[in-house]
Order: sequence, then structure tokens, then C-alpha cells
Amino acid sequence: MKNFQIIKALSSSSAITGKAKDDSSMFIAGGTNLVDLMKKNIVAPDKLVDINGLDLKKIEFLKGKVTIGALAKNSQVAEDASIKEKHPLLALALAAGASQQIRHMATVGGNMLQKTRCSYYYNTDMPCNKRVPKSGCGAIGGSNRMAAVFGTSDSCIAVHPSDMCVALAALDATVLVDGPKGKREIKFTDFHKLPGNTPEKDNTLDSRELITAVEIPDNNFSKNVHYLKVRDRTSYAFALVSVAVALDIKNNTINDVRLAMGGVAHKPWRLTETEKFLKGKTISEDLFKQAGHLSMKGAKGFGDNNFKLMLGENAVAEALTIAASK
Amino acid sequence: MASKKTNQNKVMPEDSNSRRDFIKKSGLFTALALTPPSLVMATEKKWDEKIAEYLETVPLSIEVNGTKHNLNIEPRTTLLDLLREQLQLTGTKKGCDHGQCGACTVHVNGTRILSCLSLATMQQNAQVTTIEGLSKGKKLHPMQEAFIKHDGFQCGYCTPGQIMSGIACIKEGHANSREEISEYMSGNICRCGAYHNIVDAITEVKEGGKEI
Ligand SMILES: Cc1cc2nc3c(=O)[nH]c(=O)nc-3n(C[C@H](O)[C@H](O)[C@H](O)COP(=O)(O)OP(=O)(O)OC[C@H]3O[C@@H](n4cnc5c(N)ncnc54)[C@H](O)[C@@H]3O)c2cc1C
Ligand code: SF4
Ligand code: FES
Ligand code: FES
Repeated sequence: MKNFQIIKALSSSSAITGKAKDDSSMFIAGGTNLVDLMKKNIVAPDKLVDINGLDLKKIEFLKGKVTIGALAKNSQVAEDASIKEKHPLLALALAAGASQQIRHMATVGGNMLQKTRCSYYYNTDMPCNKRVPKSGCGAIGGSNRMAAVFGTSDSCIAVHPSDMCVALAALDATVLVDGPKGKREIKFTDFHKLPGNTPEKDNTLDSRELITAVEIPDNNFSKNVHYLKVRDRTSYAFALVSVAVALDIKNNTINDVRLAMGGVAHKPWRLTETEKFLKGKTISEDLFKQAGHLSMKGAKGFGDNNFKLMLGENAVAEALTIAASK
Repeated sequence: MASKKTNQNKVMPEDSNSRRDFIKKSGLFTALALTPPSLVMATEKKWDEKIAEYLETVPLSIEVNGTKHNLNIEPRTTLLDLLREQLQLTGTKKGCDHGQCGACTVHVNGTRILSCLSLATMQQNAQVTTIEGLSKGKKLHPMQEAFIKHDGFQCGYCTPGQIMSGIACIKEGHANSREEISEYMSGNICRCGAYHNIVDAITEVKEGGKEI
């Protein structure tokens, strides 16, 4: 790892100006993704702005919403009693990600900005448009078992690896950011972007902006929820496919529903068509099968990852069944 | 990774030990102009990189297993390398060095973390406990005893990390069943497959109710 300067910021404004002064500087929170990438020389900032001194760790329940500070640790949110009670889907998704040691370090803001786990991105001997724009894509025509099946482009077929973000997309969260041009809010489903021809850019955040918090509006999804994560071993691995489902059931009828998938696209993949299809219908095994089928409409495999099409259908049906039976 | 230079271990006077302070006070060019002839010699012999590195250190105060250290380190030094290479505490193991195996697990301010993904400069004034800090004199920690009793290791490479995680697992309240223990120990990979005995050891310590 190349040596660098490090400065500790004590306020959001000093963090933003500290970073804005120097284009090759980066924020560091838990460091679980950044230090890893720096060790491999995939990113090599000249300066790090340590933001751990900022007052952004609180989880606050306000009227109509909860605000989760960007520096709240993944384990802190996953184990918060009120989060477990009011937004159990988020707690489940967080607990399914990484290991407890990593969750103790990883922050909410950092989790949203973690880089893809596409193996070509990590291998500096291979072409990768995300790592080096216009160098080509190793995964297209190469080994692509983890790759996306929705929203891909000719430049990149990588998936976003986060579990937490799949739940946040389903729960209609909003990202609060602050930057040289002031504060703004970004709808969670607009936060991450599809690769298009600029796969090096993962999201719609300006590189000088700081994530300060994530907000989730109140909802009726406190019981019939599930986060299903399918992976190569039972624990401590990234998702091949994951499904976040939240149901509001009245008299066996689906009053309201939210569905999102992970491991299938460059961003958490919200299934709005399937949500529309399910709303108002009576729960049945057949309904959930149809929902699974509908969810994977338009998906396209790249060889090694063709199995995700069928796996996705089954995972959606299974996640709905488990959530409904809780 | 981090260099093993011994001079990083030296305690420097507070007012001259940060690179930024140094540059602010003298400016890098003045610094070179004022360099004593022996260092100019060193520069000519291509030792200049070493001198540059020396200027790039930052001060760090850290408490490890109850002992306070005032050090100067490179910002890129990870907590793992600081422990092993600079403080010679080699009980904490380097497995993957990329967050994937748990061999480097230590407790920082009472919380288990991975020392390989943690920058030492970010642990200013932290209290760190490593495997060396668990025993009281000759008396082993109950988790160390339980690992021996239940044959919780084979080659022993993953063991320090497993023990640090096992203790944390109980303290966090995540040792209520074998399944829960396995789930919360899943970040610690054992290539010898000593898992079953590890879960036995943790279960015994949890049920023994001793203070850990
Ligand atoms: C072995 C391993 C397994 C893992 N498994 C999973 C998994 O199964 N599921 C999962 O979801 N994740 C997994 N992770 C990823 C982990 O959750 C992320 O690395 C972590 O959430 C990143 O948070 P951090 O605070 O450590 O970020 P950092 O590494 O500090 O930062 C990551 C990026 O975010 C930027 N950043 C951080 N905070 C802010 C902010 N507030 N504003 C603007 N920019 C910011 C940094 O500049 C950097 O670019 C795994 C990681 C490892 C190492
Ligand atoms: S899929 Fe994206 S991240 Fe992977 S090699 Fe291609 S361009 Fe790089
Ligand atoms: S050495 Fe840190 S997790 Fe493997
Ligand atoms: S005992 Fe050998 S790696 Fe665990």
C-alpha cells in the first residue's frame, strides 16, 4: 500500500472542505472496504479524511421516520431493539452481511459505497472498465458466476454486493448528503446507478459529498418480513441472489408489499411490477410461484450465471412464503 | 505493507514528531538544505527513500494489554502490523490480510474487530487486548483452558483469533445455542476443521458462568 496523509475531521463542514481541497483524497469510515482496496493498489488516495470523529452515529426515531447516522455501525443497527421491532427487515439484512467482526467496523455510509466483488475488478492484471475506464470487461465472456442478470450494459455486468442496501431499497429509504453545494436528499432507489457506459461511477453521489444519514419512513412491515440470502456456503459469503420482502397482510389478503433483490444488478433491484401484481390478492402457493416467475421477466444470463434465472424465481417465491408464514 | 524500520518505534519529542508539523515549521526544502552531511551521503547512496519515509510518520498513543505506547508510525501501518512487527506481539496471526479469515481478531475498547483492516493511526488512545493480554500471570483465561480441554485446535494457527472471537461472542450475548455460536463465529475460518470442538469450548465457558 502506498503511504498517504491522514487527517481527522471534527465536523461535517471541515470533512467536506478537507476533502474538496484535494482531488485525490477520500473519506475513511470503518475502512473494511477501503483498506482492502488500498492494499491491492486498486485505489491509491494521497490523503484520507478520517470521519469517525463526526457526530453521525445516532439512531433517532422522529415523527414518521427513523434517521440512522452514516457512521452507525452495521452491528449497532442490526441489534438496535427499536430497529428490530419497527424495521426487522433491515436488521435481518444487516445480520446476513459479512461477519460480526466486520459488522462492528462497517458503517451504514460505507456499506452503501462498497465496491463490487467482481473478481476482475480485484485483479489488476485483468481488464475491467470499472477499475480502469475503457480497458474492457473481463467478466463478459469470462468467468461470470456472480454477475448481474438485470440492467447490464456492454461495459459492465457487475452486481452491487450489499445486503443492507437491498432492504433499504425495499423500505423506501432516503439518503441525506452534505457537500460543497449544500445539503440534499436522494431517494434510495435513485442512489445507485446502472453501469451504462460509465461503470466506474457506482452511484449518483458527487465525489465531494458526504453521506450524513439514511432515513426510513414509518411503515406497517413489522411482522411478515424476510431476507433470504442464497450463497455458496451457509454463512459469511456474498449473495448469489438475495430477496428482501415485506408484507402487510390483512385477512389473508396482501394489503401492501415491498420486494427487492440483491445479487442480480448493478444496484439493489426493486421489483415494482411484482409488487403491483401481488397487491390486493389472496395469499396462496400458486400466487407466490407466479410472483417468482414475473420477477425474473427480462432477466438475461451471461453463461456461468444462467442459473440465477431459475434461482431468482424460486428465491422470490420462497421468501414470500416464509414472510407470509411468520 | 508497513516497513519494519526500528526507528518507528522510538518515542519522539511531542513538538517535532508529525510530518505536517515538521513541514509547517521548516518547509520540506529547508529541511533538505539543513540536512546534516551524513544524511546527504545517505541520499546519494539512494537511502533517500528511507529518509522520506521517516518524515512521513505520525504520532500514535495506544494501550496494548495494559501497557501504554507512544509511537511514531506510518499512516499506512495496520493495527495488525503494528502489533506483530513493531510491538513484537506475534500471538495475533496474519492469515489472509484481507478481512476474510478472522485470524487477526483483537478487542479494541472491548469490541472485537479485524486488525488487518484497521489502520493503526485511527486507534488513537484506544485500549487493545490481544491473545497475550488474556492470561493473568501464569493463570490462563477460562476460554484458553476450555480450548485445551476440548482439543479446540489442531495446527493452532487460527486459535488466537478464535479465542478472541469466542470471548466476544459470549459477551455480545450470541452464545445461546450451538447454531448461534456457529453463526457468530463464522468470520473465523479454521482450515483444520476444529470447529466442533471450538463450539464445545465456547459452550462450556458460557455455561460455566465464570467472569470472562
Ligand atoms: C470479507 C468480507 C466480507 C463481507 N461480506 C459482506 C456481505 O456479505 N454483505 C455486505 O453487505 N457487505 C459485506 N462486506 C462489506 C462490508 O459490509 C463493507 O466493507 C462495509 O460496510 C463498508 O463500510 P466501512 O465503514 O468499513 O467503509 P470504508 O471502507 O471506510 O469506506 C468505503 C467507501 O465509502 C466511502 N465512505 C465511507 N463513509 C462515507 C460517508 N459517510 N460519506 C461518503 N463516503 C463515505 C469511502 O470513501 C470508501 O470509498 C464484507 C466485507 C469483507 C471484508
Ligand atoms: S463486470 Fe464490471 S467490474 Fe467486472 S470486469 Fe466487467 S467492468 Fe469490471
Ligand atoms: S488476517 Fe485479518 S481477517 Fe484474515
Ligand atoms: S487449528 Fe489449524 S487452522 Fe484452525
